[in-house]
Amino acid sequence: MNAVIDTTNGSLYWPIDDEAGHVPYGVFTDARIYEVEQERIFRGDNWSFIGLTAEIPDPGDFKATYIGDTPVIVTRDREGGINVMTNRCAHRGALVCRSARGNVDELECVYHQWKYDMQGKLIGVPFRRGLGGRGGMPEGFRMEQHGLDRLRVDTVGHLIFATFSDKVEPLKDYLGAVIVRHIERICHSPIRVLGDERQLVQGNWKLYAENTRDPYHASLLHLFHTTFGLYRSTQKGGSWMDGKKRHTVLTASQGTDEGNTEEYDGLRTFNAEFTLRDPSLLAGRKEFNDGVTLVILTTFPNLVLQQIANTLAVRQTVTKGPGQFELVWTQFGYEDDDEEMQNIRNKQGNLIGPAGLISMEDGEAVEIVHEAIIRDQEESSYIGMGGGKAEDTEHLVTESAVIGFWEYYRKTMHIEAEAS
Amino acid sequence: MELNKLSAMELQYHVEQLQGRYVECIDDDRLEQWPEFFTEDCIYKIISRENHERGLPAAAIFCDSRGMLVDRIVSLRNANVYAEHNYRHVLSNILIKGLNEGVISAQSNYLVLQTKTDGATDIYNAGKYLDKIVADGDVLKFKGKIAIFDTHQIKSLLVTPI
Ligand code: FES
Ligand SMILES: [Fe+2]
Repeated sequence: MNAVIDTTNGSLYWPIDDEAGHVPYGVFTDARIYEVEQERIFRGDNWSFIGLTAEIPDPGDFKATYIGDTPVIVTRDREGGINVMTNRCAHRGALVCRSARGNVDELECVYHQWKYDMQGKLIGVPFRRGLGGRGGMPEGFRMEQHGLDRLRVDTVGHLIFATFSDKVEPLKDYLGAVIVRHIERICHSPIRVLGDERQLVQGNWKLYAENTRDPYHASLLHLFHTTFGLYRSTQKGGSWMDGKKRHTVLTASQGTDEGNTEEYDGLRTFNAEFTLRDPSLLAGRKEFNDGVTLVILTTFPNLVLQQIANTLAVRQTVTKGPGQFELVWTQFGYEDDDEEMQNIRNKQGNLIGPAGLISMEDGEAVEIVHEAIIRDQEESSYIGMGGGKAEDTEHLVTESAVIGFWEYYRKTMHIEAEAS
Repeated sequence: MELNKLSAMELQYHVEQLQGRYVECIDDDRLEQWPEFFTEDCIYKIISRENHERGLPAAAIFCDSRGMLVDRIVSLRNANVYAEHNYRHVLSNILIKGLNEGVISAQSNYLVLQTKTDGATDIYNAGKYLDKIVADGDVLKFKGKIAIFDTHQIKSLLVTPI
């Protein structure tokens, strides 16, 4: 059986079988597919992550960001409400917010100084009635018809999501109970933002979506994980998805596989000789009573929420064409972190981000795939670890959530399976 | 070396020598020697201007001992996975801002050009060093070195120190 991706100019066959998942390499490189993704995924019936409530705590705060490659603004209004609008003036289309963040009384477009309130309502148009009886807007011009385009917005825990769709289900239904529970587990009390890091990766955004749903690679690519036991596939853990298999939570518990790691003997990433001159880097503190020390939670299409040891962060994917994406890391802690915990988080920040002793390798993994698949677009990958099915597992020797991602991707892109 | 006995010109000379030798060590890929430019209890940090100016702590790299610097290099050599590359630092505007109780406050601008195996050279990272320098016997060492970078969109990843 095959599925066919119908692009405006030709089609791409997607092999479907029961043994394993396959992804035709063309979906990572084809510019026409990228265009369809912007409409059907990022601007379609999905909720995208756009920021943390703690990034816009006060009335007048705004943050400029992107959904896919569409510029958007998220604001806090006078009543404390959160609003998301496209960052595009209703007059002639200029960017309204030109800074990444700030606090303003109102939003003003520099081009002809149209003014909007924090909810995107148009409140000022210079020379609207003309000057000295000349010029002015037409009779029928109504301020209320020229606001910024508003998106639906909702929050879970401290995370803000928005969507262009008026059809997609409410956010909590979209995420599903398992994902909501894990978001709320991490968002158990007020947070403090510790800063942003931005990483420009030369590869398709879906390679990163695969990577973050893949517990198979984590102990084989990342020596720090394996050697120091931050994560190993021998640990207690698992991979769970929502009902539609688009979101995933991977968990692992450090210290549950001692004396049980002989399968790693001889692998590059398990190196007992490797010790730290200054072990304070890994001297963390137990934070959660459930014993789970690693959570990688992904929501379709653009968020990773993570807990690795005592590091907490969101990672937002911003697409920049088929061959490039920006990964925006925002680290956070809790408002009531004591000084010792603040120091732990600052030091363990060395593990994550673009210079992270663990996470830097994921950027490299994405890039070496993207570089190799540039031709032979009909060839496809083989995704079979754990049985090749999109199923929840109570172990970490699996690629099942990667298959789940692609099943939902085909649905949301309207790529249907058909007999071949 | 007794810092308060040096003239302003001598101080400038020694600081420029230190900065020059520091970036030469990295550019020549003698990274095992790189931690020796620091005191045992040093602070070394690479942080974006975006975070630094907001007073936020999240750094790309944050080390508070020479041992952590050694660990970074051992990790780079043996653990981390990244594309082969070379750095070329360009330094300018080396200024001494003060000398207080044996600690020189200095700053300079830097530009790191990166060359990968395809031979193309990119502007990889531009920023400013804020340094605290002390005398250790006959040589100067960094007690603190903060690289505050303007280039907050890091290309691919950051593994080699700046
Ligand atoms: S484009 Fe914004 S006011 Fe004209
Ligand atoms: Fe990874």
